[in-house]
Amino acid sequence: MKHLIAMSLILLGLAAPAARAALNVLSCEPEWAALAQELGGDLVEVSSATTALQDPHHIEARPSLLARARRADLLICTGAELETGWLPLLQREAGNARIQPGQPGYFEAARFARIIERPTALNRAQGDVHAAGNPHLHLDPRNIARVADGMAKRLADLDPANGARYAQRNADFQGHWAAAMARWEQQGARLRGAPVVVHHRNLSYLVDWLGLAVIGELEPKPGMEPTAGHLAELLETLKATPARMVLRAAYESPKASAWLASRANIPAMELPYTVGGSPGAKDLLGLFDDTLNRLLQAAP
Amino acid sequence: MFHRLLLAAGLAIVLASPARAASPDEISALRAEFDRKFQSLQADYEARLKVLESRVQTAEIKADNAQQDAAANASPPPVSSNAFNPDISLILQGAYIDRAGGERPITGFMPAGEHAHGERGFTLDHTEVVASANVDPYSRAFVNLALADEEVEVEEAWFQSLRLGHGLTVKGGRFRSGIGYQNEKHPHAWDFADNNLMYSALFGEALKQDGVQVRWLAPTELFLELGAEVAKGQFFPGSDGGADKNGAGAWAAFAHVGGDVGIAHSWRAGVSYLRASPREREAFLDDINDFEALTAFSGRSSAWLADFVWKWAPDGNPRQRNFIFAAEYFDRDEDGDLLCQDDSAAGGACLGLTDRYDSAQSGGYVQAIYQFMPRWRTGLRYDRLDGGSVDLGANGAFFDSADFDPSRWSLMTDYSPSEFSRFRLQFARDKSFQDDPDNQVILQYIMSIGAHGAHKF
Repeated sequence: MKHLIAMSLILLGLAAPAARAALNVLSCEPEWAALAQELGGDLVEVSSATTALQDPHHIEARPSLLARARRADLLICTGAELETGWLPLLQREAGNARIQPGQPGYFEAARFARIIERPTALNRAQGDVHAAGNPHLHLDPRNIARVADGMAKRLADLDPANGARYAQRNADFQGHWAAAMARWEQQGARLRGAPVVVHHRNLSYLVDWLGLAVIGELEPKPGMEPTAGHLAELLETLKATPARMVLRAAYESPKASAWLASRANIPAMELPYTVGGSPGAKDLLGLFDDTLNRLLQAAP
Repeated sequence: MFHRLLLAAGLAIVLASPARAASPDEISALRAEFDRKFQSLQADYEARLKVLESRVQTAEIKADNAQQDAAANASPPPVSSNAFNPDISLILQGAYIDRAGGERPITGFMPAGEHAHGERGFTLDHTEVVASANVDPYSRAFVNLALADEEVEVEEAWFQSLRLGHGLTVKGGRFRSGIGYQNEKHPHAWDFADNNLMYSALFGEALKQDGVQVRWLAPTELFLELGAEVAKGQFFPGSDGGADKNGAGAWAAFAHVGGDVGIAHSWRAGVSYLRASPREREAFLDDINDFEALTAFSGRSSAWLADFVWKWAPDGNPRQRNFIFAAEYFDRDEDGDLLCQDDSAAGGACLGLTDRYDSAQSGGYVQAIYQFMPRWRTGLRYDRLDGGSVDLGANGAFFDSADFDPSRWSLMTDYSPSEFSRFRLQFARDKSFQDDPDNQVILQYIMSIGAHGAHKF
């Protein structure tokens, strides 16, 4: 009899979910997964639909993502049309009412951030313009702080029992973040006004925050692959107005950067762009530490 | 600045003057002069300071305004009523086609759809108009119209539930069936300029259903989706006659599984079943006199489909290079009666007999698409159908027994200046029409304007 009770207790123990995380979070990009992890700690189980080596514009709503979206309590995305090519499909086909637009289970970072580069005219002749402005907003750490406030509130709304813990974690995060920002801004002061060439406008927020000066872009129009003709023109521009470095994100092809950098005799620098984009960019702090390091290294 | 120099010069003169003994009168005069100048300078400076101060103030106001702008930016922009208009897109797809003319049905297979007469030369093909929007928080609606001269075809017109949850999605209206892999893809999303032989033989272009579809996605790590459809069944392999009744003239069921292998690979596989009950489904068949005989089939048509697709991209980033492999297979049985109308007066062989029609046919295709550099893709497709067995009963005397397996090789290369446009060149060696193989060349363009939605996996 004793054995039977012990056995059933063990079986019960096995059957009971082992300390389940309160919220199942799916994020569209790694930066928001990292932020949700900072704010949620062990209260959340987070995964990201994309990696730092994938272009967030061009992802497919593949079966594994649908299966993950089906089970998510909270879907965190950038918004501002960054994911128009695949997110609507993910939301519609997953059969998950919680993550539909307008529901508390769908969180758009862009609603909490300062958005730059809003187009004054919409015409596809201008390339892949986003009507809502530039969506690559996480590379301005001030936006990270803003989004963190919004996200902490949303986590608390969805999991009110742990509301105080999310608020506390956010307060801790904001403290660390403000200190880190002061450090980065001090380190980055000597980059102010540094002329650079960028691959795509996915670095605009970084440029805006550090006060870099963009001399040119490798893409002839946003979202269009670099062409030989455009690169040659850019090289001519650089003869008159030299740049200090050519910058690109980890997910972008190094070919165009390498071509231009070798001819202009300036360094081509790959930036992690988001969490996981380099060995140093393990989390959000690492992302900016590593980005600053790389920029300072390229512009001694 | 100039004034400060003057002042300094004045002071220097005053300070330098002790070299010469000056009279007290001269000194007091100089002092008065100096005081006067100094006061006027002071007034001048105060005025300038005020200007500067006001400038700083305006700058501060401007900065405040900028901050307010930024705050305004953070909130959604003002909306006008036309923001409720649906997302609309238009898809243009035309071609220049070089191929054999005349009727070229797939030998041994009941022609699906009205015409087996392929266009050639310059063609506009169909122009698609797509509109979609959320109806309310609970559903979304989608319409796809195909425009051609004197003809508007409702390709799709359906609503889809958004808030059922539990993995359930319901679709109602006219929709492309969820069976197979390619069926839901519209021609502009095909990887080749024309349809594969399997879908041509099974459905003409694709199976459309007027009815209801229910899909359920399992809450599992592995992607597992089950779906079922009941529909009117007026489209091939059904027929208007079979659809003219209460209840459903066709039903279908499908199951899909899928997932990732590492970060670079993803896949999906599925099986589907389709059942239709055509009544007096008309088709023209070439008889032994080479006459187009009008036939009518009534009975049961059932088909199994199996599909598999596998995609690869380095690091899961398809931007530079990617590879897609897809294969599908079908097995169709049709059992019932066939009437071959008496057309002996016009030179046909048929004598108006109705007798059994039993067929068991199969086939499939295999294709591979490789994007070897940004913008450029190339692809190879092999189609093969198995004529299988066709028992025409007494009507068998009026038709050649076709012991023929249609096949075709297609090779394409396409160039996409952007994600909204594509140019494609395709060569095909078509052996789908017995005794008359054809070499075909198609130069095609696809242009998409407006708010173009996402494509499925």
